[in-house]
Amino acid sequence: MKRDRTPLFIALVFLFVISFGFLLPQWAMFIVTIAIARGLVALGLMLLLRAGLVSFGQALYYCLGAYAAGALGRFFGLSDIYVQMLAGGALAAGFAFVLGFLLARYRGIFFGLLSLALSMILYGLLVKNEALGSTDGFNILPSALFGTRPEAGWVRYAVMASAAVVALLAALLVHRYLNTPLGRLAPAIKDNEIRVEYMGASARRAVHVKYVIAAALAGIGGALAATTVGHIDPEMAYWTTSGEFIFITILAGTGSVVAPFLGAMIFGIIHTVAFDISPNTWQMSLGISLLLLIVFLPEGLWSLFSRLRWR
Amino acid sequence: MKIVNVTHGSFYALGAYAGASLTGAWLARGYPPALSYAVLLVAALGITLVFAPLIERGILRFMYAKDEAVILLITYALFLVLEDVIKLIWGVNPYFIAEPYALLGSFQVAGMAYPTYNLILIALAVIFGGGLAWLLNSTRVGKLLRAVIHDPEVSRAMGVNVGRYYLVTFTIGSLLAALAGSFTAPTVSVVPGLGVEIIVLSFAVVVIGGLGSLPGAALGAVIVGLVRSFSVHYLPSVELFVIYFVMAAVLAVRPRGLFSLEEPRKI
Repeated sequence: MKRDRTPLFIALVFLFVISFGFLLPQWAMFIVTIAIARGLVALGLMLLLRAGLVSFGQALYYCLGAYAAGALGRFFGLSDIYVQMLAGGALAAGFAFVLGFLLARYRGIFFGLLSLALSMILYGLLVKNEALGSTDGFNILPSALFGTRPEAGWVRYAVMASAAVVALLAALLVHRYLNTPLGRLAPAIKDNEIRVEYMGASARRAVHVKYVIAAALAGIGGALAATTVGHIDPEMAYWTTSGEFIFITILAGTGSVVAPFLGAMIFGIIHTVAFDISPNTWQMSLGISLLLLIVFLPEGLWSLFSRLRWR
Repeated sequence: MKIVNVTHGSFYALGAYAGASLTGAWLARGYPPALSYAVLLVAALGITLVFAPLIERGILRFMYAKDEAVILLITYALFLVLEDVIKLIWGVNPYFIAEPYALLGSFQVAGMAYPTYNLILIALAVIFGGGLAWLLNSTRVGKLLRAVIHDPEVSRAMGVNVGRYYLVTFTIGSLLAALAGSFTAPTVSVVPGLGVEIIVLSFAVVVIGGLGSLPGAALGAVIVGLVRSFSVHYLPSVELFVIYFVMAAVLAVRPRGLFSLEEPRKI
């Protein structure tokens, strides 16, 4: 069997970001951090996509994570990055565990639309909630690290490095999970669920587990985005946000745990460049690139790499 | 057609913009405002005949073999493109045309004033809903259409021009969305983002009713409308999400919607 080089690759990328990241200008650090946050969400979506499930409501957990982080600062004065991410992930996972009993029964289009409905419920709740700032949302305390506030120039780097640490852990864990029996069940569920059941495995349980993992990752991503941007609003739960995450996941492909992060980075670049060139038509550039991807690279950007390797 | 079509929201918006701008131009020239209803109709028809065949022939017809979820993504991508096309054509400023709405005045029922224009909307909905049901269930074209959707391959083997049926179906569907948009235009201000709001609402409607079922969609629309009005009246704070709550509740009890059809599973 070929040796698995992915963990080594992940570690190298991580070391690269940590050791050379501080050379980046501040705005680039911002883009990288947001890309990592989105990459975490896309990583979870990738897990679901491998089982043939497209969640059109992952923004639900992204937003939950962000509001968990925000609420910690607002009501308890806590703004430690790791505490925020932990809280975001835990809250999202808790909700997903409960909702998973309902959602794990659905497949295909109904799974997508039901998750969409759930995220829109959260959006509706937040918009009407005065205590949490209604449609305006609220600002988040400046990020802290282990109880200390990094100096002004170093905050972005500290957040980015913490994001990289979490992304490293998440990528390694998910990579391991993909090689467990439960993780390997995903493509089988996509192909033929009834045969999976005949083999004695529970498709519903497998989907439930994946759903909770995906939600936890989205929650962490949301908390990270919240502390990076410094502001949160209900728009984070709107269905167009979910659409962006799906875009990233499709862009990246399901070939490797590195792919979602790469996809998120490219999405960030497309977004920034397109927005810079023509602020009123960046959606069009997104739409056209999504169409081209589905037509010419249905397996995502990652398939370019794996094709090269096979030759 | 087994397509969950996000582009539908764009057609709603396109219809609204076309209706608003064409009627605006009509009234600005001083033509009789009584005919503005016909102008709204023509606007919807025109805009659909431009965009629907373009999208179906140009893009969608190559995609039918793909997975439902992938088609959803494709229409989402098209939706993003069309959102900006709308902005490019009509700009980002709101359009108002209140004349067709104000012209008819209002009438009194039990001491409450109702705008007469709403009667027109109701009549239109009944006419088009009934017409569609008649078309699908009682005409040769409708029956062939259902056959095509059920099994395109066998239909093609039987000599049906499947491609043409897909085109016609997509155009009629889009036309309905555009009509809805153009006739709603006089009651609202037409702004960017119109399509975003309507599409998730219509998803809720058809999912509650059961995908692919006409009576289901009608019942779903009634449920959504009533639930929303009641919540606005009694509990305004839940208005925004009560529809999705109903949708989730319906799906929890009947996983494929109220009027869902039995579907065989692959083993």
